[in-house]
Amino acid sequence: MSAKTLKPLADVEAATVEVHDVHKWYGAHRVLNGIDLTVRPGEVTVILGPSGSGKSTLLRVVNHLEKPEIGHVSINGELIGVKRHGDRLKELSERTILTQRGRIGFVFQNFNLFPHLTVLDNVAAAPVATGRLNKPQAQELARELLGRVGLADKTGDYPRRLSGGQQQRVAIARALALRPGVILFDEPTSALDPELVGEVLAVIKDLATSGTTLVIVTHEIGFAREIADRVVFIDGGKIIEQGPPSEVLDKPRHERTRDFLSKVL
Amino acid sequence: MSEPPGAAVALAEAPPADEPSKPLAAQRVLPLRRPGRWIATAVVLVLATQFVHGLTTNPFYQWDRFGYWFLRPNILDGLLITLEVAAYSAVLGLIGGIVLALARLSKSPVLRAVSWTYIWALRSIPLIVVLLFLYNFSALYKTLSVGVPFGPAFLSFDESKLATDMVVAVIGLSLNEAAYAAEVVRGGILSVDQGQHEAAAALGLPKSYQFTKIVFPQALRSITPNYVNQLIGLIKSTSLVFYVSLLDLFGTVQSMGATYPGDIVPLLLVATVWYLILTSIVSVIQFYVERYFARGATRSLPPTPLQKLRAGLTDLRARIRREAAV
Repeated sequence: MSAKTLKPLADVEAATVEVHDVHKWYGAHRVLNGIDLTVRPGEVTVILGPSGSGKSTLLRVVNHLEKPEIGHVSINGELIGVKRHGDRLKELSERTILTQRGRIGFVFQNFNLFPHLTVLDNVAAAPVATGRLNKPQAQELARELLGRVGLADKTGDYPRRLSGGQQQRVAIARALALRPGVILFDEPTSALDPELVGEVLAVIKDLATSGTTLVIVTHEIGFAREIADRVVFIDGGKIIEQGPPSEVLDKPRHERTRDFLSKVL
Repeated sequence: MSEPPGAAVALAEAPPADEPSKPLAAQRVLPLRRPGRWIATAVVLVLATQFVHGLTTNPFYQWDRFGYWFLRPNILDGLLITLEVAAYSAVLGLIGGIVLALARLSKSPVLRAVSWTYIWALRSIPLIVVLLFLYNFSALYKTLSVGVPFGPAFLSFDESKLATDMVVAVIGLSLNEAAYAAEVVRGGILSVDQGQHEAAAALGLPKSYQFTKIVFPQALRSITPNYVNQLIGLIKSTSLVFYVSLLDLFGTVQSMGATYPGDIVPLLLVATVWYLILTSIVSVIQFYVERYFARGATRSLPPTPLQKLRAGLTDLRARIRREAAV
């Protein structure tokens, strides 16, 4: 895997992400309980929290894979999934939401590559399907991005022939093909064998230094300390504390944060 | 260990006479003998030979008459009708099945209920009843018209001209086929991992692209074997169109049998062999279609019969070499 640092994606502006007072229920269970969060352009935010704390749900609310019942999310000031209608918020059409998602990168825990498409087609699919690039252009972009994640020689393979670490790198290249202003990572290394975690973290780290806005849900505390500009600790659907890693990870002010860190460190 | 040195010497001095002198580790492991398997194989071979012998020598089958009828033009005409009816119904049935499956998976309760009711009704009514009902349909509705519901009509058809026997047969079989195909397609769509839907949505792929390029191709992997099963059933169901006065393969055999009562057995054999051939062709196509949709789903594609044969021969050669070496 090449160690060279990724260049920032030339024509992409790092995005600002704002989450305003988001509440979300699953039936009677309240998963998110009034979350407010602002991620500045180019900032790397790591979200930590015990299992079931709502951190993955929060991430999925940002690209509207989950609809919040109350509150809203905006990226670069544009409301996501809703529009203002007088003093109320109204749901957007599915089509418009899909267009909005086309500018938000999302990387899943289980990669979710398309198994019937080659690695190259996995990465090239979205730019072609959304009509942003024609097929040769999209494939050229895909080759370039696969080179950046160190998989230039795997373009013709089907995903199942790759290791978990390689699959996750393809998934990152697929997210980058959207030329996103922000990339959301939902526990990107949790499904990997321990010896494969490093290669994926290396790619994310390169992205972090390239100036893209990143929001990462992870359990890799060491990694968080290394790359995060800000660590957000969530429990019970609420932000308990946030700040630079040197504060939240090394001098946590809240009992629950201390408790969590003592269990995972 | 405190054995007297003499004991060890005595063991070393008296090896069993018939044992080869090789050390135990270098000796070949003898495979377990399975006499039961050999006996069962012999019994089955005897029975199979008896069956084939009876089939070929029993004058009851009249194989000379079979040869006479097998490629007769009217039999081939019937075969063509069977193929036509089956092909149209297979395609229309699959299209109808996809529509019904999508309706059953839709978020609209009305679409879901209508689709459910259709499938419920058509799976409940025997195909022969559907066919006879349609056959008599033109007596119930003289004209079909397209227009505003309960309002004026723009287009009218004289049903007796529209509804030829072929059309009645194809519509009847398609209506029936669609109900079953709907469940096959729905099962296939449900078998696609939820993560695939999510990934497609997260990438912002347009809805139609999500279905046609991401979900459906993966669903086809499990749809194919089930739908082929359905298709083979359909090919045989075409024999029912005889009852709406369409002379398919079975219909021709039936009417020939009525004219030449002495030839009824060879005629039935002619139909049997043709149905066997049709099913075989479909099975071969199924193998290659499944192999095509397996790409990406398995690490290596299942081998074709030719590849299997080659691998088998290589194995056999290796085994012979091994046996010879030991």
